Amino acid sequence: MRTLVDRRRFNLMLGAGVAAGALGAAMPRARAAGKITVLNWQGYGTDEAWALKLFAEQTGIEVVHDNYNSEQEMFTKLRTNPGAYDVVVINSAWTSRIAEEGLLEPIDFATVPNAVDLDPLLKDSGNFVFDGKTYGVAWVWGMNALGVRKDKAAGVDSYDVLLAPESADRVALFDDAITEIGIAALMLGQKIDDPSDMPAVIDKLKAMKPSVKLIWSSEDQWNKAFSAGEFDYSIYWSGAAGRSQKAFNLPVEFIVPKEGAIGWLDGLSVPASAPNKAEAVSFINWMIDPAFYVKWATDVGAPASANTKAMDELPADDPQKLIHKTEYLKQLQFMSPMPDERRQAFVDAWEEVKAFYAS
Amino acid sequence: MSEPQGAAPAPRSLRPGTVTALLVAPAYAWLTLAIFLPLVAMLVFSFLTVAPFGNRVAEFTTTHYLVFFNRPYLVEVALRSLALGAWTTGICAAIGLPAALALSRAFRGRTRELLFFLVILPFWTNGLVRVFSWTMVLRENGILDDAVRVLWPAAPSFGLLYSQPAIVIGLVHAYLPYMILTCYLSVVAIDDAVLEAAKSLGARAPVVFWKIVLPLAAPGLIAGSVLIFVPVIGSFMEPRILGGKAGVTIGTVIEDQFTQAFNWPLGSALSFIMLAVVLVIFAVFSRALRGRLTAS
Repeated sequence: MRTLVDRRRFNLMLGAGVAAGALGAAMPRARAAGKITVLNWQGYGTDEAWALKLFAEQTGIEVVHDNYNSEQEMFTKLRTNPGAYDVVVINSAWTSRIAEEGLLEPIDFATVPNAVDLDPLLKDSGNFVFDGKTYGVAWVWGMNALGVRKDKAAGVDSYDVLLAPESADRVALFDDAITEIGIAALMLGQKIDDPSDMPAVIDKLKAMKPSVKLIWSSEDQWNKAFSAGEFDYSIYWSGAAGRSQKAFNLPVEFIVPKEGAIGWLDGLSVPASAPNKAEAVSFINWMIDPAFYVKWATDVGAPASANTKAMDELPADDPQKLIHKTEYLKQLQFMSPMPDERRQAFVDAWEEVKAFYAS
Repeated sequence: MSEPQGAAPAPRSLRPGTVTALLVAPAYAWLTLAIFLPLVAMLVFSFLTVAPFGNRVAEFTTTHYLVFFNRPYLVEVALRSLALGAWTTGICAAIGLPAALALSRAFRGRTRELLFFLVILPFWTNGLVRVFSWTMVLRENGILDDAVRVLWPAAPSFGLLYSQPAIVIGLVHAYLPYMILTCYLSVVAIDDAVLEAAKSLGARAPVVFWKIVLPLAAPGLIAGSVLIFVPVIGSFMEPRILGGKAGVTIGTVIEDQFTQAFNWPLGSALSFIMLAVVLVIFAVFSRALRGRLTAS
């Protein structure tokens, strides 16, 4: 999932300095109540030094980290290092698959007081559920949908704008098979990660040929081309749209059209083999605390919180708050796990479409 | 500091063969480690069903080598990549040979050094920076359009960015130094007396160029073409950034297999197929060129 990696890379850049100090800062603890190990991407929230210091002062629990660089690596580490981790950040597309192997502990929400403020649509997401039990606490989320130039955004409420005659040569698509196949599937009313009619999906994408001007592959490239006025309509990331507005002052409006959008959701889980389960749950509770989120989001930059109270406490003009409207949640299809053969079929289909655009 | 007198041990005499082996060993050890082993690994991967990482079980298969039959749209992509290679190499030759001639014949001393420095300059700039600066030049209402409008205010926009010519421009900029340097080495070795002899026998400049300079510069042209054609076919950065939707090449397809599909075997197989195609092209060309050179 390149989308997610890129998003995290951004956070990684922002948080790298802070993260470097995280382990050292956590060492001198107030009370010796225990030590937990968190498995996560580097520089992605859980290793904010100030947050770990506060947590240690309040609970006496020291937090250390181990990192992964891909979801596959995270899965492998859980499988091969039982007893090594107390908390793990998992893209919810993977949670049920990992729970199925008996590697996760079910969550008892009575022990997570802050969970009452979680948006029910995210808290009860089917992605967390296996065999009737919930194996993850919803943490942060984001979307892939339309990023449109402000003066062209009026009345845009459908992905059909990507096919409209007035969009000729004014569209930028994202160079990611899973996203683009997913968008075409949404247009056809199919499932984003398992479309029932792949040939129709391919035809839909091919029909965009007269509109497509470029295919972007990094946030930086999108920002440069957009500010040079090279396109008006694009498939874009919700978090990146907020950064483009705030950091580069670009007139982009993020629109979730009537067909819906592609969503991703990260959760916090406790491995079944965790040595310190109670301490792990209290750390998870801190991670979904509005006090943690607001400082993380405003000082460093973060995706949208699953905690509605945390989103409410953001400043009223915060672009991430304006973009990640809770009513959108009803319109999202969340990414879910994908077998290797289907991933290959997606990449092949997108490759065929790109070759058609170029011809 | 002074050398300690008489304390130096008498130099042990090594046999010349041993010396050569010792001198060559680091280079070959490095080549084995950095090029040969990864290449062999990729060759092995290209015959496996999946890359053997984690707990996935890989089996032997040759299906990846049938990729052009299973995915017919790739044939067109491959042909376009070859055309890209031909255009880039051709333009590099058309600019590089005259530049090499000028460097070797028309300039001397400091001026020549300065011009050489300018030729090599692109080598020292980061490739990504180079490509992104081209986007600023080529884009609609970019630097190129502005420059033209200074002379002709009503000029229409070139709007070259996101097209095949934009990719060729970026690639020519990146690879031209190879052609100039290889041609320079051939051209500088041409004896002035040969050219004077031709002129004194009544040959005009075009004839001198065609009958004498070109055949003598051929080794440089061929070496430069080989150095340029191969990497251009596999290029993916310039097509992605300058090509827009036109930027689909075999290089980008191979890159996607590695980064998006995690299908290392298919990516490797595509690479080896293209390598084979390139070798065939060179075999045909070198035979034709050798025929022409011996005939003239």
